Amino acid sequence: MSAGNALTRSAPWRGTAWAMGKLGISGRTLVIAIPMLWLLVFFLAPFFVLGRISLAEAIIARPPYTPLFERGPDGSLQIIASLENYRFLLEDALYRNAYLSSIRIALVSTIFALLIGYPIAYYIARAPEPKRSLLLLMVILPFWTSFLLRVYAWMGFLRSNGVINNTLISLGLIDSPIQMMQTDFAVYIGIVYTYLPFMILPLYANLTKLDGALLEAAADLGASPMVTFFTVTLPLSLPGIVAGSMLVFIPAIGEYVIPALLGGPDTLMIGRVLWDEFFGSRDWPVASAVAIVMLFLVVAPIMWLQSVQNRREEG
Amino acid sequence: MAQPAGACETKPWRSEAAKPFISVRNIVKQFGDFTAVANVDLDIYKGELFCLLGESGCGKSTLLRMLAGFEHPTSGTITIDGENMARVPPDRRPTNMMFQSYALFPHMSVEKNVAYGLLREGLPRAEAYARAGEMLRMVKLEKLARRKPDQLSGGQRQRVALARALVKKPKLLLLDEPLGALDKKLREETQFELIKIQESLGVTFIVVTHDQDEAMTLATRIGVMKDGVIEQIGEPREIYETPNSRFVADFIGSVNLFEGKIDAAAPDLMRIETQDLGAVLLPPQSGLTLGQPVWGAVRPERFALSRAKPETAPNAWHGVVEEMGYIGHMSHYRIRLANGVLIRASQSNRLRDEDPISWDEKVWISVQPSAFRVLTR
Repeated sequence: MSAGNALTRSAPWRGTAWAMGKLGISGRTLVIAIPMLWLLVFFLAPFFVLGRISLAEAIIARPPYTPLFERGPDGSLQIIASLENYRFLLEDALYRNAYLSSIRIALVSTIFALLIGYPIAYYIARAPEPKRSLLLLMVILPFWTSFLLRVYAWMGFLRSNGVINNTLISLGLIDSPIQMMQTDFAVYIGIVYTYLPFMILPLYANLTKLDGALLEAAADLGASPMVTFFTVTLPLSLPGIVAGSMLVFIPAIGEYVIPALLGGPDTLMIGRVLWDEFFGSRDWPVASAVAIVMLFLVVAPIMWLQSVQNRREEG
Repeated sequence: MAQPAGACETKPWRSEAAKPFISVRNIVKQFGDFTAVANVDLDIYKGELFCLLGESGCGKSTLLRMLAGFEHPTSGTITIDGENMARVPPDRRPTNMMFQSYALFPHMSVEKNVAYGLLREGLPRAEAYARAGEMLRMVKLEKLARRKPDQLSGGQRQRVALARALVKKPKLLLLDEPLGALDKKLREETQFELIKIQESLGVTFIVVTHDQDEAMTLATRIGVMKDGVIEQIGEPREIYETPNSRFVADFIGSVNLFEGKIDAAAPDLMRIETQDLGAVLLPPQSGLTLGQPVWGAVRPERFALSRAKPETAPNAWHGVVEEMGYIGHMSHYRIRLANGVLIRASQSNRLRDEDPISWDEKVWISVQPSAFRVLTR
């Protein structure tokens, strides 16, 4: 209180506040304005650029798309924009399949990450204090190594003459190596492994807040531990489940590196299609349209979930 | 103490033959090196409203949690209605608990909270909700059945917690500081409501509280706990009038303690030689020997104050009023005797226009021999 008063009474502060007040800017506005400006410059502006390119047509030029405005033969200003690229996306089965396949892979990975992450988060949240910090550290520890390196490490495990196959063969469990690399299975492993901490951390944050007295109350009222879990713990951890699933699902749907390194030629994901359009075909307008459609595919379920949650809180 | 006829029916603990409903034998609970409950024996009878009273950390909540099954005793046995509870998990015990924090499920409506225990018994939904509704009517919350706990006031939440714990008709209801979170006025009202509900349902209650007024108001009997040990068990009146130790005397109400030695023990009157008050006369008490160090205890309201020297009182001293606090129905005095000893006395203010003894007045302070209680520890 006194420190704050000393600060707000100091001459430079008062001078600045006065000057900003003249311009109609209060301290509160300023604090909100900075992140808003950041989002505007680095998110909204690129989004509009992308949107504008997606309405253009690919040409061999630099930049490789038609301009938005053009002088007509009579000197009038013309706007050249078409939804042709979007129509193309709809008609070509490749894109539709890529979207569906991306959603499927992201969804399955999210479910597995949830099934693996929930017990881990629950265990950490229930662990006594010194142990809990250690376990949390172990969840975060992999981030200290490069993501790329960790995906490469999985190649060493999954290869035909990799760690897993060699071990199984030496144990006599299999005769010939199992094909794991370049399959959807390897992609699931890669995504679940990479994004597991993003599932565990929000779940942990939620479960650690769970009041132990509620579990005791449920037991006291005759609920077995299993029933207590499904009637009390699980419903109360729903916000953590939603947050964790979002954090896994959203990056997984646009994942490029993991399917490129671990997946096979059949692994169709939208990130890869995008890469091919952009760098392979140099078709920026179609690539932009692919990106925009993906954005809406991801944003729509988030908005829906948000509104469901809001309604739940009100009701 | 004189026993009115028929007291054994309502006060079974007074009868030797009565069979306890809950019996706790040699219960010990240790957390590492710390002994929370040290060798407690306790018998509680059917239909009792028993209060465990003590300061925080005295082991009363641990004892309650062992009865509920949340803690396992290090040693000893707990028997409820003839059944040994050693291997019975909390969800199979015939007990229900009302938690200090109420522990209402925040994601369920009031009605669902109350029906929860009945549904776990396998009761059909319609019947469970009908009984939950009945219970809510009893605690006067039927109109709020659809609300979520966070849309209720503290007092309403307390009643939901009570309804939820009672709806299963447990053999034993455990209440951990049931009124602790309520403000003073509401707490006093709720105390009597709680007694009424307990009497109408006939469920045995064990209440844990640190509030002596609450214990005195609610309880059929009180167990005063200190450092994991029950110091004294008795009816509120016994605990107040005949405490068995300085701790109990001081913990329940306030008390003046005078250290001394048994000086003379005539058959009709006993004398204690105290340092603070000199010789004090009191009625004889058995089990005391000459020269034994004892403490004489007097409640402040047992002292009589007068401006003139009382004629008949055998124990009377002269002093000056050092402090006086008028709180309406009573006035509290601190009286400094000539030898410097400070005595706490209080007088009830029965008349509207009496001339009260006030600051710096010289007063006589006297006490009847029977008002003294001799304590040996």
